[in-house]
Amino acid sequence: MSLGAEAVRKVARLARLKLSDAELTRFAGQMDRVLEHMADLAALDTEKVQPTAHALGLTNVLRPDVPAPETDRERILANAPEREGPYVKVPKVIE
Amino acid sequence: MSWETVIGLEVHCQLGTRTKLFCGCPTGSFGQPANRFICPVCTGQPGVLPVLNRAAVELAFQAAMALECRLAERSVFARKNYFYPDLPKGYQVSQYELPFSRDGKLAIADKTVRIHRIHMEEDAGKLLHAIGSEELPYSLVDFNRAGVPLIEIVSEADMRTAEEAFDYLTNLKAVLQFGGISHCDMEKGELRCDANVSIRRPDAAFGTRVEIKNLNSFRAVRDAIVHEAARQAGVLEGGGTVVQETRLWDVAANRTEPMRSKEEAHDYRYFPEPDLVPLVAEEAWVARLRAGLPELPAARKARFMAEFGLSDYDSGVMTAERPLADYFERVVSVAGRPAAKAAANWVQSDFMARVKAEKADLAAVPVTPEMLAEVVTMVVSGKISGKAGKEVFARAWETGKKPAELVAELGLTQVSDEGELRAWVDAALDGNPKAAADVRAGKEAAIGSLVGAVMKLSRGKANPALVNRLIKEKLAS
Ligand SMILES: [Zn+2]
Repeated sequence: MSLGAEAVRKVARLARLKLSDAELTRFAGQMDRVLEHMADLAALDTEKVQPTAHALGLTNVLRPDVPAPETDRERILANAPEREGPYVKVPKVIE
Repeated sequence: MSWETVIGLEVHCQLGTRTKLFCGCPTGSFGQPANRFICPVCTGQPGVLPVLNRAAVELAFQAAMALECRLAERSVFARKNYFYPDLPKGYQVSQYELPFSRDGKLAIADKTVRIHRIHMEEDAGKLLHAIGSEELPYSLVDFNRAGVPLIEIVSEADMRTAEEAFDYLTNLKAVLQFGGISHCDMEKGELRCDANVSIRRPDAAFGTRVEIKNLNSFRAVRDAIVHEAARQAGVLEGGGTVVQETRLWDVAANRTEPMRSKEEAHDYRYFPEPDLVPLVAEEAWVARLRAGLPELPAARKARFMAEFGLSDYDSGVMTAERPLADYFERVVSVAGRPAAKAAANWVQSDFMARVKAEKADLAAVPVTPEMLAEVVTMVVSGKISGKAGKEVFARAWETGKKPAELVAELGLTQVSDEGELRAWVDAALDGNPKAAADVRAGKEAAIGSLVGAVMKLSRGKANPALVNRLIKEKLAS
């Protein structure tokens, strides 16, 4: 099974990754090998196996609905590339 | 041949929790400064772990019960991947293949609308494109709402008119409010609706559907559906085809417009959220939640009719909204069941007129249920006249003073003492010999002007029913 450069280009675009042509070729090859491995798995009979959504055996990890101590929002906003007052500033978005 | 409109609605409803879905940030951010309630979890800082809010799950489960849905034994959160500046993590935590509930229903006027599914998800942040009327050359992001717990309630395409869609939303809101699941305040963004609209010839296959967004009120939903259906009919009758797309309702222009930003074909690459473990609807837990589900609107309406003797109409008005039903029930609990009908009349007339005129919040009106009960009791018992009651109510609303105090202050106590009343009756008969003669001659209608004269002499304080009787007695003798 081969993914092809076009498919890799599309996935890269969805992930907002800018790849050079050389990278595209290289990653397409690598991803083909990942898919080959998946094809091995697909050969197994999984008819009676429940799909795994999580590797842990845990369920229902919940917390009480109680406000946590406030975080210093300045420290969070400092991570934004740009800000204006209390806002994060981004390029113009239209709807 | 006419067209039939086919409508399905997707409603996002904020669960009434104190904190967000996966972190301890408060949810009550309406009117707060931007980015007031944010933390490393809801802003997607590296290395953090979300932990599911128990109250959000419980309210979501109760919503499913109130809407007669089947609860899934096991549900799984998934990442919906896309990039948008209001989405700090680059994905929204939602439920996809395994939502927590499916297959519910909601009754509207004369049909039942099926509910396809309900799933839990987190809200995104808010984008600001303008300050006041000034359009900004950039956009600003406020993450206060990012991570706020929502349920998305997806109906089947069972509605056929804009009116049915309006009814569905009205009833859905009532169920969610009465069930204590959400406050459903649209102005605060606690209830939002997208509409899927298509048209077809009756009995033909479904047409291509258009999704309408930016619907900020139930009225907007109704208007947008009417206009969109007409637009689609125009397209088809002109030989064109309806394009599957998302359109925005422009309330000022009264029409839908295509979205300016072309979304890429939806490719969300959902996958199970590795940071959250599956959710299991354990039997004992579900039973406890079911037992704790508050009385829903239909049940409450029936009880008001049975317990308080209200008419179907009155009971419907009193249970249109949870805060109103709570207010009314409190009035009756103080004034007593025999006064329930009178209480319903007061709530519907003077009270609602004030509430509507001032857009008052029912939880914070100046006339508390106890105060209105006092007014109703005084009128029902004849201590004050109905007219005086209206004045007391108005003054109580404006001043916040206790009704009994206002009655004393304004000298509004109704006079029912027959001796005092007789003196006014005699004076009225002397002053209106013509009317008195008419009544004696059998013209019953003339008694009105005599009662009026007594009311005037007493400056409105005479008990009109007693005055009526005394005049008749006097003229019969
Ligand atoms: Zn947070």
